[in-house]
Formats: sequence, structure tokens, C-alpha cells
Amino acid sequence: MENDNYDGPILEIDKLSISFFTRLREIPAVMDFSAKIMPGEALGVVGESGCGKSTVALGVMQDLGVNGRIVGGSIKFKGQDLNKMTQEELRDIRGSQIAMIYQEPMASLNPAMRIGKQLMEVPMIHEGVSEKEAYDRALEVVTDVKLPDPKRMLESFPHQLSGGQQQRIVIAMALMSKPSLLILDEPTTALDVTVEAAVVELVKDLGKKYGTSMLFISHNLGLVLETCDRICVMYSGEAVERGSIEDVFDKMQHPYTQALFRSIPLPGADKNARPLIAIPGNFPLPHERPEGCNFGPRCDYFEDGLCNENKAIPMYPVDGMERHETRCLKFQEIDWNAPIEVGAQTEKPEPGRVVLKMDNLKKYYEVAASALFGGKNKKVVKANETLSFEARESETLAIVGESGCGKSTFAKVLMGLETATDGQILLDNKNIEGTSIEDRDTQTVADVQMVFQNPFDTLNPSMTVGRQIIRALEIFQIGNNDEDRRKRMLELLDLVKLPRAFADRMPRQLSGGQKQRVGIARAFAGDARIVVADEPVSALDVSVQAAVTDLLMEIQREHKTTLLFISHDLSIVRYLSDRVMVMYLGHVVELGTTDQVFAPPYHPYTEALLSAVPIADTSIKKKHIVLDGDIPSAMNPPSGCPFQTRCRWKDKAGASLCESEVPPVRVLADGHQVKCHLDDADFAAMEPVIETPVAAE
Amino acid sequence: MLPLLRFLSRAITNNNTDKTGAFMGLFILRRLGVMILTALCLTFIVFWLTNLYPNLEKLAKTQGNFRMSDEQVETFLGNRGYTQSLPVKYGQWIGVLPGYVIEGTDGETRAKCAANRAPTDDTATFCGILQGEWGQSTVFKDDVSTIVGTRLGLTGKLMFWVMMVMVPGALLIGVLAGMREGSRTDRSLSTISIVSTATPEYVSGVILIAVFATPLFGMQYFKGTATSAMDDATFNNFFLPVITIAMYGMGYIARMTRASMTEVMTAQYVRTARLKGVSFPNIVMKHALRNALIAPFTVIMLQFPWLLNGVVIVETLFNYKGFGWTLVQAASNNDIELLLGVSVVSVFVVLVTQLISDIGYVFLNPRIRIS
Ligand SMILES: Nc1ncnc2c1ncn2[C@@H]1O[C@H](COP(=O)(O)OP(=O)(O)OP(=O)(O)O)[C@@H](O)[C@H]1O
Ligand code: SF4
Ligand code: SF4
Ligand SMILES: [Mg+2]
Repeated sequence: MENDNYDGPILEIDKLSISFFTRLREIPAVMDFSAKIMPGEALGVVGESGCGKSTVALGVMQDLGVNGRIVGGSIKFKGQDLNKMTQEELRDIRGSQIAMIYQEPMASLNPAMRIGKQLMEVPMIHEGVSEKEAYDRALEVVTDVKLPDPKRMLESFPHQLSGGQQQRIVIAMALMSKPSLLILDEPTTALDVTVEAAVVELVKDLGKKYGTSMLFISHNLGLVLETCDRICVMYSGEAVERGSIEDVFDKMQHPYTQALFRSIPLPGADKNARPLIAIPGNFPLPHERPEGCNFGPRCDYFEDGLCNENKAIPMYPVDGMERHETRCLKFQEIDWNAPIEVGAQTEKPEPGRVVLKMDNLKKYYEVAASALFGGKNKKVVKANETLSFEARESETLAIVGESGCGKSTFAKVLMGLETATDGQILLDNKNIEGTSIEDRDTQTVADVQMVFQNPFDTLNPSMTVGRQIIRALEIFQIGNNDEDRRKRMLELLDLVKLPRAFADRMPRQLSGGQKQRVGIARAFAGDARIVVADEPVSALDVSVQAAVTDLLMEIQREHKTTLLFISHDLSIVRYLSDRVMVMYLGHVVELGTTDQVFAPPYHPYTEALLSAVPIADTSIKKKHIVLDGDIPSAMNPPSGCPFQTRCRWKDKAGASLCESEVPPVRVLADGHQVKCHLDDADFAAMEPVIETPVAAE
Repeated sequence: MLPLLRFLSRAITNNNTDKTGAFMGLFILRRLGVMILTALCLTFIVFWLTNLYPNLEKLAKTQGNFRMSDEQVETFLGNRGYTQSLPVKYGQWIGVLPGYVIEGTDGETRAKCAANRAPTDDTATFCGILQGEWGQSTVFKDDVSTIVGTRLGLTGKLMFWVMMVMVPGALLIGVLAGMREGSRTDRSLSTISIVSTATPEYVSGVILIAVFATPLFGMQYFKGTATSAMDDATFNNFFLPVITIAMYGMGYIARMTRASMTEVMTAQYVRTARLKGVSFPNIVMKHALRNALIAPFTVIMLQFPWLLNGVVIVETLFNYKGFGWTLVQAASNNDIELLLGVSVVSVFVVLVTQLISDIGYVFLNPRIRIS
């Protein structure tokens, strides 16, 4: 396209509808979607899984696969309708004017082609430049995305890079020909928080540098706040609210947006005083949408006869705000400033006696250095290094850390799936570190249970839900006969708030949140006293997360359970835990009560982690700390302090000290310990990372 | 098909860096070790089967005289070393144990290494497979090694042409079919491959002969026998046997290629390439092909044993006196030494192709190569 000095909107989507055609029916995945992106602007699209975000992106790319079709509306790129272009013309635009970045970096790079070649291809196709020139360009862009050793990078194959590095390469590839529009579909979901923060920062900077407009797709409101100028909230195939970030975040005009914000844990939410409000019900499937407003069945402001009238609801402009629109019939009547109806407040239960004690627990794995040929040089991976802590009755202890920090190993050792290398685990003053699960007595097994991250593969797909729970009861030798156990199973379904009729359902007939509830019911079958929840909600949608978290909390209050909550999501950790343990590369770097950990003095890693977590609140100011590089591999940990390679305080504490000696455990306050060489003065001088405006509290 | 082959060879040579060289050396060494062990086990089993007493008894009676009594058979065998224990016999046959020298009950001394005559000064101590002493064929009255050599050459010729037809054909069909899943090309090509794999050689061979080599259908383009092809292969006399074997393997490889191609074509990175603006032919050639060929490459090599199977049938059917035909002759005439020789060679052919397949896999798949 020659019109380089075009200054109208870069992308203008008007009343776009996209359907997928399957044997059974037409699936309307996107309906009546409009959006406009001006030059240099970034538009965020948020919504739950399956609401049609990716479909919009692929629609813009005109790449909907064999069964997808645009059934209405237009998509104009720099004034030209993409729907009417030939394949030839589209190919010219793709990669040169519009580039796209996907969620899974590894999958978007060709595994059998060197990185350099994949990058060079872009200008060679679109501008017909020579190989030499393309190589120079590739080198420049790889340097731009801040990858170390760019020359070597270009020579590598994708599998030789880490996830974060791969994602940078994908970004570099998208920027090769300086596109005017960049579409990012959940670009950081697969990455660790600190790596995510760095990648997001990079995208923002490069967007500014090249003046690229962006369409940023995400399910994370906080991330959109950090990256975008405007936002579009989608629900079940439709845009329900659209406007500038400030307007939508602070003066929302749609009940779904409101409900979404109330269901995510923002600073200030508290499980006892200000519990989250889950959105009731489930997301409708595209072919099961209700009449009238799609959000109707779950909406607090639903009005019979109005909201379910069989008639399409258009987007209404909101007066007084620039380009702010909402798809709600009652937005003018609703009092948006009404205080949140605070749900049932509860007393904070007093932690009871110590039930679980870990003392200098160590878990080392021996691995062969070369996977293919074995060989003699075995390496030791220190997955857990001297873990010590206590957990009390009715207490929630959160274990926080990024991939490879040893969270899951710790859970495995506790469960008896692995045995400890050294140290002790005392359950009611009884050592269990050396007994694997087969050798544990039924009581111990029933006492320590686990809820897994992925509800999709922990249930047996060919057994009814009821049967699976009864099996668990049989294993724990609960109930004298089948009748007893059946009764108990139904009670457990009540406990996790599933209808009793679900007993006869197969797992595939349940939604993700419902499956996770079954997982919880199973864990509590033997009245577990300690439940290890390994990222129990991270695979679930935001609106469901709140409900599952609340359920866990409620059961805990009733049963005085000790909950070990493993997570990388600091917002949820702050919301529900009493104490927090931060891990990095097998070491516990900080341990303390939630208040102690979330306020200065911090361990330098905790500080970075806090700064990396996106928060969906415009009033919150965050200090910006971006960590360099990736998390080192546990196979090859740095010498001295594990965090030494990325620490910004290292110079203060004495770089050579940090590089040579593992720091000792220091007690800063009662029950607050950190593993760091920094001296007390430096700790005292630390500033808070997150500043909440005083008025809000 | 040339570009494809060039592509393959480039893929293999391009990536041969020094580091991988050393690495590959070790890899091949280990594989070789395993291979030799397997070969020993397999040949031992064949040896044991051919040396079962009923077989030996038959041998004695054909070589000696048909009316021998049981005791006579016993002494006949004993004098010729057949009654030694199995491991000893095996060791001698391989050539790691000294060949027997037996002073027979009939006063004659017989040495294995002197073709059962009295040993002289220059008679070797060891005379087994390793020393190149493969024994004598009782049917062809010739050295086993010579027979195996020439017959293998003939079969090699046949296999070469089978490969030349089968591999490019199968890959082409597979790639074309898998390129656009569900298209009309895909459906018709897939049907053809299924039919051709489902038809065993003895059926397709007979049908092909009936259609193209007899006056029945008026299409007598080719010859129904390939005996003349042994000296002078022409399109006329060689086409039918080649295509009979090729068709069987072709369907299978084509289906593997198709499956692998369709999978690759829906992969995320192919979508990335498409959205980079790469044209369809380039997507297929540059991005999809190499990844799609990894799986079928292994299959091609693993097809070899099955092809040998087909060789036996087709050679007999077309009276082409190659390796397979020899095997049939040896087995039906109780020609123990020849049978053993043929087995040893087959075992090695199979194992070597497997080795090649492993190495090729490593070359094509960088993820294994550098890890
Ligand atoms: N190829 C297809 N055939 C049929 N239905 C499809 C196809 N692709 C997507 N859909 C349906 O279209 C709807 C929207 O899907 P889409 O992938 O756009 O959601 P999304 O918002 O990107 O979700 P996520 O957050 O999980 O990525 C879903 O109901 C999905 O099942
Ligand atoms: S239209 Fe009615 S049901 Fe829909 S969001 Fe508005 S108030 Fe709720
Ligand atoms: S010990 Fe040194 S490197 Fe480690 S966290 Fe403290 S200051 Fe940073
Ligand atoms: Mg998506």
C-alpha cells in the first residue's frame, strides 16, 4: 500500500459478525463487534475464555480456517476493506503491515528452522531485500528486543531458547517490517510474572519507538491497564462496553464489567472483611445464548420483560464521555456509585496448634547430564533447599514463586509422592518425610490431601462424579457400607455446592469450575486436615476463580483445615492467605505474615515480584522494577545467592559477597524472615512498591 | 521429485557441524553394539531351528542314503560334527571356535575347515561366517557366499527400482493429499493409498499380470515373467514386479506422510508463516515439508523388512531368481547352509536399515540432535 501518509484510523471494525460452521449448527462466535484504532493507539480486548477474542483477531487477519466465515460487517485497514481483498493483496499486508503475536511462543516458531532464517524471511518476502540486508535487519531487531548475544540467537533453533526468549523472538519477527498494526493474542499468558512484566515493558517501548498501533487481547484486566489506551470488554461474542481505560475502569457502565471488577482480588479486598463477589452461573455456550441480553441470567440488575425481550441490544453511547459505549438497556437507571453490597462478613479464625512442621527439608534430584545417552556425569538438581516452617490449624499458608522454584516438588514430598533427601516433616509430631504414599497409613493419607492445578486431567473421564468420590471414600475406609458412603458422597457434593444430580454425571459434562469443585470434594472425602492446593484456580476463568476460592475458604473455616496454597498470583495470595512463603530456585527467600511480606522491608525478589503483578486499579501507583533475564535453570544455579543474577540491590549488599555466599536466614521482625545479605539500614530504607491512595482504605 | 531429493540431501549435509559429528559417532557406535548383539541372537535362533534333529536326519538321509537306519544316521551325523552341543556348533559356524576335526568311526578324519576331508597343513583352524566360509549349498552345488552375493545383487537391483518408484511417489502423494486436508485431491489420493496398502502382493501381482501381461484384456504391454530382467532389465520385463512391491509400501508411506503433513499444516507455526505473508507453495516447501518428513522417513526405513517379505512373493511369482527366490528354494530343499547364509544377510539388511533410519531421524529433527 502506498498511502504512507494516511492519517485516519488504522483499523476500523464495523458491526463485524463471524460464525463457524460445523456439521451440527452455525456457531456465531462474534456478533456486531465494532472497534476503531487510531495511529499509535493501543486497544485492549478483555473477556473470558471462549468469548470470541481470538476470533476477532483472526478475523482481522482474514485467517479463520476452513469453517469460519465473516457473515457481516466490514474490517477496514487504513481505509481499505480487508474483506474484499484478494489472497494476493492480503499476503502483501500480512507480516508487513499487520503482524500478529500468539499466546504460545514455542508453537509459533518452526522447530526445524533456524531463528535467523525465520526472521529474515519477512523482509525478503515483502521488500525483496538481499539475504545480507535481511540478516542485518534481523540482527538489529534481535538487539532491539534485548536478547543477549544476538548473533548466536540467530543461529539457534527455537527449542534452544527459554520461553521468555522465544516470545521475544516472536515479537522481533512481528517487528521485522515495522508494521502499522500489531495484534497480540494473550502474548504473555504462558510466561512467568517477572518475565511477563519485562516482555510487556518491551512491547510498550517498541510500540512507542515504531509508532505501532496495537490490538492487545488478554483476559487480565491489570495487564490491559498497563499497556493500553482504550479497552473493549467482550462477553459471549459481543462487545459489551467500550471506552478509554479510565472511563471503563472507574466509571463503568455495564453490569458485566462491574461484576468482573468485583470478582478479582484487588488490594484492599480481604477474605473476611471484604470478600470477593463471584459472578453467579456459568458462561453461556455460543449456541445456548439466552434471548435478549446475553448477560441477563447472571446480571444483578436483570429486569424481566425488558432484558429478555427477543431483540438485539445495540451499543448505547454514554453521554459526557468520549467514545464510551455500553450494551445495556438499563445503564442510565443503574446507580453506578452505589456501595458494594458487602457479602457475609466472617470472623477471622484464630490459628490453632501446630499441625505440620518442616525442618530443614531438602530434596535433591539426580539427573543424567545428557538425556539421550546417559553417561556418567550425573548432575544434582537442588529442588528444595533447607525448607523450614510451621503451619497451624485453620491457617492458610501461601507458597509463592515462579516456575522451577520448587513449589511442586515440595508438595510432592509432603504428599509422599517423593521422599525427602534430608530434614524432617512432622505431622502431629510424627515423622513422615521418609514414608512414601504406599507405606503411609490410611489416616495419614486421608489427612494430607491435594487439589490440583488442572481440573481437566485429574478426574477419570470414564467414571461418574459420584463414583469417583465414593472411590475416595473407600480408599480412606470411611462408611461401613455402600449406603453410608453414598450418603456421605451426597453430603460432600452439598459441601462443594454442586447439585446432588451431578453425582451421575460424567466429568466431560462439567465446566472447569465444576470439575475443580469435584476435585475439592474428593480431597475432603476423608476429612483432610491439611490440603495442598497447587494453583487451584489458575486454569479457571476470572469469574469462576472467585467462587472456587470462596468455597475453599468456607470449607476451611468449617473444618479448621490447614491450607497450603501454592500460587504465582500475588493478588489472590494477598487476598486469602495468613502467611506467605516466597520461594526462588528452591530457596525460601522470605517468610512472614501477609502484611509483613506485602509491605517493606521486602526481600529484593519479593519486591520485584510485587512490582511485576499487574493490578487492575487506576488509582494504584506501582514502582517499576523490571528484572533482567530469565530465571536460571535449577540444573545450573548461580553461585552464592540464588537471586544474584537478577538482583538490583546486589551492589548495596556487596556484589562479591552475594556472588560467593548463600545468604543466611535473617529474622527482621517476629515471624518475618528473609534470606539476604542486605544490612538493616538498607532494609529500613526500602519504599513500598504498591501505593494505595489513602482515601480508598 | 528432484527438488525434494535435493532438499533432503541439503537438510542432511547442511547441519553436519563438528559438534554433532562427535556426538553422532558415539551414537552410531552404541547403535552398532546393540545391532551386533541382536544379530547374534537372531542368527542363533535360526541356527537352532535349522539344526533341530529332524532337519539333520533329513540331511543325513539326502546326503548319505535314504535307507539308513537310525544308528547309521547317528554315526553319519557324529562323524560330521553335527552331534556336538549347539553352542559349540554355533561358535564354529560363526568362526570363533576352532572347526572340528573328528576321527570318525569309519576311520576317516574329517575337518570342518577342509570340507569334511582330512586336514592338511594349510587347513585353517577357524572357518566360519567371519572367515568368509559360508559353506556349500546342497541344491545349487556352489559356495553359499557366491550364491548369496549374486542373488543379493539381483534383488538389490529390484529394490533399487522399487525405492525409486515408491519413495518419491509415496511422498508426493502424501504431501499433495495432506497439504489441504479434506479437499478432493486429498480424498481421492487417500482412497488410492488405502486400497493399495490393503492389497497384498500375491493378489496385486496376480491381478497386474492378468491385466497387463495376458491377452485377456488386450493390454499386453508388459511381460509376466522377469527372468530375462536378471541380465537385462527393461521397462517391459521389470515394470510389473517393481510396481507390485512398490504399490504395497507406497500406500502405507503415503498415508503416514499425509497424516504427518496434515498435522504440520495445522500447526501454529504454519499459521505464523501464513500470517507473515509467506505464499502457499513456500509454506509447503520451506516450513511444512521438513517437519512433515520426520515421521515418514523412519517409516520408509522400517518398511524394508516388509519389502523383503514382498520380495519373496514377487520373485517367486515373476520367477526372478533373486534373494527371495533363493530363500524359498533353500527352505523347500532343506539346504541348511544356504538357509543360514540367507538368514544372516537378511538380519543384517534389516538392522542396517534401522540404523540408517535412526541416524536420519536425528539429522532431520534438530530437537534430538542438539540436546
Ligand atoms: N474453528 C472453530 N470451529 C468452531 N467453533 C470455533 C472455532 N474456533 C472458535 N470457535 C468457537 O468460537 C467461540 C470464540 O472462540 P475464541 O477462540 O475466539 O475465544 P477466546 O475469547 O479467544 O477464548 P480464549 O480466552 O480461551 O482464547 C468459542 O465458543 C469457540 O468454541
Ligand atoms: S440489559 Fe439488563 S440484563 Fe443485560 S446487562 Fe443490562 S441490566 Fe443486565
Ligand atoms: S543476597 Fe544479595 S543478591 Fe541476594 S537478594 Fe540479597 S542483595 Fe540481592
Ligand atoms: Mg484466544
